[in-house]
Amino acid sequence: MAGQEQVKPQRRDDGPDDTPEPVPAAPAAQAQDTDIDDILDEIDGVLESNAEEFVRGFVQKGGQ
Amino acid sequence: MGIETEYGISVPGQPNANPMVLSGDVVTTYAASRGIRPAQASWDYADEAPLRDARGFDMGRGVAHPSQLTDVEDPTMANVVLTNGARLYVDHAHPEYSSPEVTNPRDGVVWDKAGELVMREAVARLATMPPGVNLYKNNTDGKGQSYGTHENYLMSRRTPFSRIIAQLTPFFVVRQVMCGSGRVGIGVDSRTIGYQLAQRSDFFETEVGLETTLKRPIINTRDEPHAVADLYRRLHVILGDANHCDVANLLKLGATSLVLGMIEDDWLTSATTDLTVRQPVRALQTVSHDPTLQATIELADGRTVRGVELLRTYHELAARWVDDRLGGDVDDDTAEVLRWWNTVLTALEGDPMDARRWVDWVAKLSVLEGYRERDSLGWGDPRLKAVDIQWSDVRADRGLANRLAATGRVEVLVPEAEAARAMDEAPEDTRAWFRGACLRKFPDAVMAASWDSVVVELPGERALQRIPILEPLRGTKDAVGDLVEGAPDIRSLLASLAAADGRGD
Repeated sequence: MAGQEQVKPQRRDDGPDDTPEPVPAAPAAQAQDTDIDDILDEIDGVLESNAEEFVRGFVQKGGQ
Repeated sequence: MGIETEYGISVPGQPNANPMVLSGDVVTTYAASRGIRPAQASWDYADEAPLRDARGFDMGRGVAHPSQLTDVEDPTMANVVLTNGARLYVDHAHPEYSSPEVTNPRDGVVWDKAGELVMREAVARLATMPPGVNLYKNNTDGKGQSYGTHENYLMSRRTPFSRIIAQLTPFFVVRQVMCGSGRVGIGVDSRTIGYQLAQRSDFFETEVGLETTLKRPIINTRDEPHAVADLYRRLHVILGDANHCDVANLLKLGATSLVLGMIEDDWLTSATTDLTVRQPVRALQTVSHDPTLQATIELADGRTVRGVELLRTYHELAARWVDDRLGGDVDDDTAEVLRWWNTVLTALEGDPMDARRWVDWVAKLSVLEGYRERDSLGWGDPRLKAVDIQWSDVRADRGLANRLAATGRVEVLVPEAEAARAMDEAPEDTRAWFRGACLRKFPDAVMAASWDSVVVELPGERALQRIPILEPLRGTKDAVGDLVEGAPDIRSLLASLAAADGRGD
């Protein structure tokens, strides 16, 4: 019936395991600091060099 | 269910480039890469009725805003159906990918990600003609314009629409806490500096309505079922953000689907006190504007609650409902949604930053806060706005969300290889399979297709044949796979479908 389909019993027979146990990550504060520095270094490498012009140039027409 | 996404589009260094022409280029370039001629598999508009209102009346065409007239075919507008069952076309000034119909939220994430890869493929091909075109899976330019990521849910026509409005609105006011994609700037044109949870929330002005491009409503009443109209309605949800985090995307579809399931079952009416939110539009914005998640909203009965508290209430109700209705028979998809819902909510109830692996706005905020601290940047700094935009660049190397996912900092539920297969392969358990299979097997015979039809040309006959596919759960691989694969040509397929129909299959 037209209820929300995913509440009906159903099972996928192929494909990768679709029910991973959520594993809450709980890294130590120091690891997080190092990690965010790594992220920023990586983003620095690809971020548009002229941020102001890039932002100004991102102009969209309206949509739905 | 399914997700339709309008992508932001721009040409590096040319802010005034014509977005309609560019969007057409995106569609035709991708179609060509898959061997599809736009005229070959175009859209069949016969059953479209964008002005039909779920409340039971039609809007006159004369009073409709031109952007609401989505059923008039314009030959300059590229519009194709893909072998995965999706529609790829130009919607107003954006390329849009509308995913094929799926039966569960995880497949929703798979075919939504497939759409990102479709756009990425188009960008890569257009890049060979400098300056190329860039595409962004976001929902605002930060300057006053917004474009949508809409979800669609098949519902029973018997469910009173007034109940949907009453019981879904409170959930929609707070859903952004789990599913928002984050935005630098407050107000439609970012006139106030700062950060908020959702891309779309500032663009909503009313509680219920038909419009999608202006006076946007929290509950959209567009009533185009694209299915047997007496049996079904298609709930068209326009308030969500485009997600990059798989977990948030799964929850957007999955938690919403569970809430709709409870509404259809009329479980909430007796299972809970009235959850009606006072001034829901203002509450939507109050919640979005507070990344500390401490802001409260007022319920009609006088209580004040935080967004996470209302989400917890809905989660508890959903868990109880599933237990009551399914007990130990709960399917894997439902169990997965309830588990992630609890995990993400538990993180958000503590230190919201603990949800950075799962929730877009938190992942984005952690990067922005890193920049702010390292370089002492204020919220008005263009670099932070650049991060916000480039976050959603569809390219693997330039899109910041993609880079975070590639380095293991975001939980990936759907590996890229699986999404890549879904660029060409349709879901097997809905009519999308039949639509996609016709295009794959008989590309020269299919003249047009839509959500509820495939139009074919028979050799030597002047009239086209229209095959209705009005039942979303028919036309599956199980039901018609042998017929389609066994048919040597389109005429044989029509004959065997007619014979099967005669037998009542």
